This record gives sequence, structure tokens and C-alpha cells, in this order.
Amino acid sequence: MTKDIKFDFSRRGLLKAGAGAGLVAATPSIFMKNAWAEEFRNNPGNASEIKLGFNVPQTGPYSEEGKDELRAFKLAVKHLNGEGDGGMLNTFKPSALKGNGVLGKKVTYATGDTQTKSDAARASAKRLIEKEQVLMISGGSSSGVAVAVQSLCQEEGVVFMAGLTHSNDTTGKDKRRYGFRHFFNAYMSGRALGPVLEKEYGKERRAYHLTADYTWGWTQEESIKNTTEELGWDTVATVRTPVGAGDFSQYITPVLNSGADVLILNHYGKDMINSLSQAVQFGLREKQANGKNFEIVVPLFSRLMAQGAGDAIKGILGTTNWNWSLQDEGSQAFVKSFGAEYGAPPSMAAHTCYVQTLLYANACEMAGTFYPPEVIKSLEGFEFDGMGNGPTLYRAEDHQCFKDVLVVRGNENPTSQFDLLKVVEQTPRAQVEYDWKIFGGELGPYKV
Amino acid sequence: MDAIFLQILNGLDKGAAYALIALGLTLVFGTLGIVNFAHGALFMMGAFCAVTFNKLLMLSTKVEDKSVTLFKAYKEQPYLEIWFPDAGPILLDYAVPLSILMAIPVMILIGYVMERGLIKHFYKRPHAEQILVTFGLAIVLQEVIKAVFGANPIPQTAPDILAGSANVGAWFGMGENVVYPWWRLVYLLFSGLIIFAVFSFLQFTTYGMVVRAGMRDRETVGLLGINIERRFTIVFAMATVVAGLAGVMYTPILPPDYHMGMDFLVLSFVVVVVGGMGSLGGAVLAGFLLGIVQSFASMTEVKAILPGIDQIIIYLVAVIILLVLPRGLMGRAGVMDD
Repeated sequence: MTKDIKFDFSRRGLLKAGAGAGLVAATPSIFMKNAWAEEFRNNPGNASEIKLGFNVPQTGPYSEEGKDELRAFKLAVKHLNGEGDGGMLNTFKPSALKGNGVLGKKVTYATGDTQTKSDAARASAKRLIEKEQVLMISGGSSSGVAVAVQSLCQEEGVVFMAGLTHSNDTTGKDKRRYGFRHFFNAYMSGRALGPVLEKEYGKERRAYHLTADYTWGWTQEESIKNTTEELGWDTVATVRTPVGAGDFSQYITPVLNSGADVLILNHYGKDMINSLSQAVQFGLREKQANGKNFEIVVPLFSRLMAQGAGDAIKGILGTTNWNWSLQDEGSQAFVKSFGAEYGAPPSMAAHTCYVQTLLYANACEMAGTFYPPEVIKSLEGFEFDGMGNGPTLYRAEDHQCFKDVLVVRGNENPTSQFDLLKVVEQTPRAQVEYDWKIFGGELGPYKV
Repeated sequence: MDAIFLQILNGLDKGAAYALIALGLTLVFGTLGIVNFAHGALFMMGAFCAVTFNKLLMLSTKVEDKSVTLFKAYKEQPYLEIWFPDAGPILLDYAVPLSILMAIPVMILIGYVMERGLIKHFYKRPHAEQILVTFGLAIVLQEVIKAVFGANPIPQTAPDILAGSANVGAWFGMGENVVYPWWRLVYLLFSGLIIFAVFSFLQFTTYGMVVRAGMRDRETVGLLGINIERRFTIVFAMATVVAGLAGVMYTPILPPDYHMGMDFLVLSFVVVVVGGMGSLGGAVLAGFLLGIVQSFASMTEVKAILPGIDQIIIYLVAVIILLVLPRGLMGRAGVMDD
């Protein structure tokens, strides 16, 4: 049995349809902001809530940072939803955030454990994207993890607001259109630390590097080595150590007879706590070499690490992305808010994650949509202030953030249990800026 | 020369831990015929005895930290310091060595319960089944510790008096660069004492003689009217205590976490196999030997020629030794030959 299909167009009907189509075509784009509603991953559509994915190391050598990152994320969500004292929402400018969620939708979150391992972090991020249907992924405390998750996010079309990642590669050869880094990098640490090292330790030094054997360690070693060699220092040896080695004694004993007078520890988290404590146990701080006091330098420092290392950290120079002792309005507002919530000041990892969450939310508000290519365009080249470290730029060409870098020293006379790092110098942003082309890489497409 | 001497010290230090764990493993295998994959977990349990003891001593009250002005902050003040202002800090300082007092009865209890409750049912079962059940037990113990103490390492500190390093070079007329941390020297000495005590017990006591006889021929000893099973239970508890004490004293060197037993277990099995299954002397010898080899492989000069060799050297040496001496360094004929 067949049914006859009959096309019955009247002249009036045709005119009505034509007028309707013309009206749609002529509608200003402001009324069409959800026109790509079905075209992107985890589009919340008409839902009243959106979900963000916080992928942090809850286990593994960087888990202390992970815990603090999670605290910061939770606080950021609270502030975005208009709860609490608002923290940096009150100081961040220019800001489109209203404290009513993002684009009127309440912010919720799901968490994952990166385990400080790239494969586990990728699997966890995949779960957050596919099962939890998150709109954005943030967090992490390792460059290996950041590079792996960033690449996944590019494939999946989900924005990645990196947590603690210091390798030059993250916004260099491994940069991605969907990945953004607020944290500084190893090159910037070198630029900031160089003049202070010269001033404190002179131009004739012999340095021995112990380096965590993965992307971050390699690039930090390279950056610091280049900086110190420019100062006139010799590099005696660069030795790679496995991540999570625990006992570094077999790597530290060769330093004693190497002829070096500076040990540079390119380690982070518990690795740094262990290697620094063990270096001190081996008497390196009391040692004299080449007629000078033996010195230890930790190019990347954090207060949490300083806490774990105890007295071993006193007097040691390094750099940090942010410190709770900063006196600017934004930093103070954040410390007050975080301290009231958790009874301790935030770490630099917490600061980065909090800021990244606010920046993503603000970019969505500015774009008027959650559609990732438009959110990315809002973040690219975005200049802001009121979030610590002075005026800050998210450079469009490589998605690297530029702001002042802090050179710090382990505080020898702390005034409180948290006063562990003393800011020696706030290196101006201009001094750490560089041509984005030196690290290569391609951002990739907006639309995936 | 100085560098070589330091690497030997490092190797002995590492080897001491391997030797202590391998000694317990061999003792259990030699007496009970059990391949105990939970032995690494016992090392970890010992380390967590030190953590628990420290936590008990550190039971604190919260007092407001007035030096923080931006928000209300609190700091912990141990009751011990409040109640005993003079003796309290000293007790806290010596928490790790004092925790041995707690570790010995706890480890004996764990060993007894483990042997009577589980291991004895697998005496006559194939080695593959023993491995499966003890490995399963190790995972259970690991997860229990993870659930109670969390996944992160918990640093333990050596007493202040042993926190620095000794000028070992001056003792042997070497350069001033030959320094070594006091606590690591203490660990080495402690390991030597434990090994000596175990060997002396087996060699010079009647009890030990019966155990050795039982290791050779269990049936004949049984026919003489001796309850060899009970003695073996005690030997199992002894092996447990050795692993536990090795763990306790290792905590200032490596902050303990729930996984530390597994990290040592694999290497310790390699040590046992290289030493020769069932040979106590072999286990100790192989422990120190492999520790030293691993330490030398970490030297910059060696790694410059063979990058990454420090990660595989133990297995490489094991393969070579087993190719040349299939029963290991001091293995006896007839042990695990089938």
C-alpha cells in the first residue's frame, strides 16, 4: 500500500515561509548565542547547572599540592555561586562575573585523581569528560600530567585550565589551543633567579644539577643551566633521578667529591622534600668547596614544600608563582577568604587553581556562551589585574600567562607557622617575557 | 677513592634493608616452606608501628596562633609537652627508636595471627597457591594502612642528636668530603646487630638447633616427639619482628607510605633467589652485594656510559648470577629444584 505524497504550496504559504526565513537570517547575532547549542561537547543546553572537572593529584609525590588545589577549587565554586565573602571576585578586573554562577547557571564540580601519573591523569580526565560531562578541566601538579591532559582536552574539545605546571613545553612545543597556563615556567624562573644568584653567590661557581627525569625537570634544568652559564658559572654535572625515588643518597654522595660548590635541585613536591632533607643530612649546607660556602638552590619553591622540608629550607633561594604574604588587594582578599575557610593560607598551587576557575568562568560570561572556540577567543590576549602579582596577560600566541615572578628565600626567622618563604625580589613582568617562537609548537584549531 | 668509599657505605645501607627483609623471607621459606609474598607488607607494618607510636605521642590540643592576623589560625600543641614540659620534648624527639618497644609485641601478634589464621592452612599446598594467598594478604594489609593513614608518605624524624652527619673520612684517614648521616650509620649497625642476633639464636641455642634440624628434616624431628610446628610458628613470628624492626628504623631514611612494602618486596625476592633459596647466609650476602652494586650503578660516571643502568642493574646481576650459579650464591641442592 502506498500513500500519495502531495506537495500543496499556496502562494500565500510560500510568502509566509520566505518571510520567516528572512527574519531568521536577519536576526542580530546577540539573539543567536545558543545557535551552536548542539555542536560542542557536554553542552549544558537548558540545564540549570554546569559541571567543572577538577583533576588533581590526590595520591603520589605531589599530593599535598593536589589537596590544596581541591580546596581552592571548592572555594572558587562557592564564590562563583555567590556564597561566602566573594574572595577575588571583589578585586578581579575587568570582570563580567556577577556571583550568580556562570551565565546564570549554578556551578557544580566533579573531581578526579591524577595520581601524579600521566596515564592515570588522562584516564581520569577522560572519565570526567565522558561520564561526568564536565565543561572544563582544571588542576594537576605535574607538567607530564598537564601535557597529557591538555592534549586529550584538545582532542575532546574541552577547555583545559592547567594547574601547577612549570615545564617550558606546556605552552611551548606541546601547547594546545584548548590549554591555558596561568603558572609561570622554567624559563621565567631562570630569568628571575639569574640576577639574584649573581648578586648572592657571584660569577664564579660550579653547579651540580639533580633533575627529576621528566619533561618539567628537563626544561627546568636546561633553563637554569643556560641562565647560570650566562652568569659565568660552570656546570659540573647534570644527573637525572627517577620521580618518586624516595632515597636520593646514591645521587647525593657523588656531589660531595664532584668539585661543585652549588647543588641545584630540579625536584618538586615530596621528591624535593626528600632530596633537600637528605642533602642537608649529608652535611652539604656546612660544607666548604672551592674556598666558598656550599650552596643549595631550589629553582621552584612552594610553601607546602617548605613546610615538609622543615629547617632544611632555611636560607635557600628559589622562585615561586605567588606567595600568601603579597600585600596587593587581590592576594589579601584571597588569603583572608581561604584562611577563614580552611585555617591555613593558600599555597601557590591553590592560588593558580582558584584564579584559573575564575578566569574560565569570566571568559564564558564575556563570550556569552560555553561554546569552547568563543571562550578560548575571550581568554586569548586577555589582560587583567586584581588576582595577585600585578597586571597580567594571557598571551594569545601560546596561551602563557605573564606577570611578575617572585624570587624567594626559605625564611630563617619566621614570624608564624606559615611564614616560611620570604620574598627577596618581585621580578617585573617585562624581565621574564620572551618571544613565543623560541619554544616552537602549534596551538591547533579552534574547532575540533 | 673517597667517592668509591661513599658508594660502598650507601650500598651497605641499602643492602642492610634488603638483607633484613630477605633474611625473614628465607627463614619462613626454610622452616615452613612458604613463599611469603606478604613479607614486604610486614616491613611496611613495622614502619607504620613507628608512625602510630609517633601519632600517640603527638596527641595534641589546638591553640590559637596569634601570630597570624589575616584569619583565625590554630596550631597543634602535644599534650605531652603541656603535661611534661621537660621530659615531653625529649620523648617526642626519640619517638622512632622508642617505637621499637611497641613494634616488637605488635609484630609478634601480627605474625602469630597471620601464621595460625592463614598461613598454616597452606603448608602442604603448591607454591603457586601460597604466592596467590600471601600476595592477596599483602594487598589487604596495604589497603587497610591506606584507609587508616592515607596514601601519602608520613615523614618521621631521627632524634636531633643523630640528625647531622659523621665525618667518616676522619676515622679512616680519608678526605674531609667523606661524611655520612649518623642515622644511616645507626641503621647499618642496627641491621648488623639483628642479623647477628638471628644467626646466634639459630646457631648457639638448643631451640635454634631444633629449628635448624627441622629445616633439614621436619619428619624426623617430629618423630622424636618435638612439636616442630609450634617452633615454626615462633620462627614465623621472629621473621615478622625482624621485618617490622627493619621497617621501624627505616622511617627516618624514607618517609613510610602504604606502598613501601611492595617496593622492597620485589627486590628482596631477587635477593633471596640470588642468595640461594633457603640459605640465610646467602640472603644476607646477596642483600649487601646487590645494595652495593645498585649504589655504584647510580654513579654519574657509570650512568654517563650506560644511561638508566641504575634502574635495571639488580635484575641484570641476578640474571648473570643465576646463569652461572643456578642455585644462587649459597643455595643448597634439593631446595626448590623441582
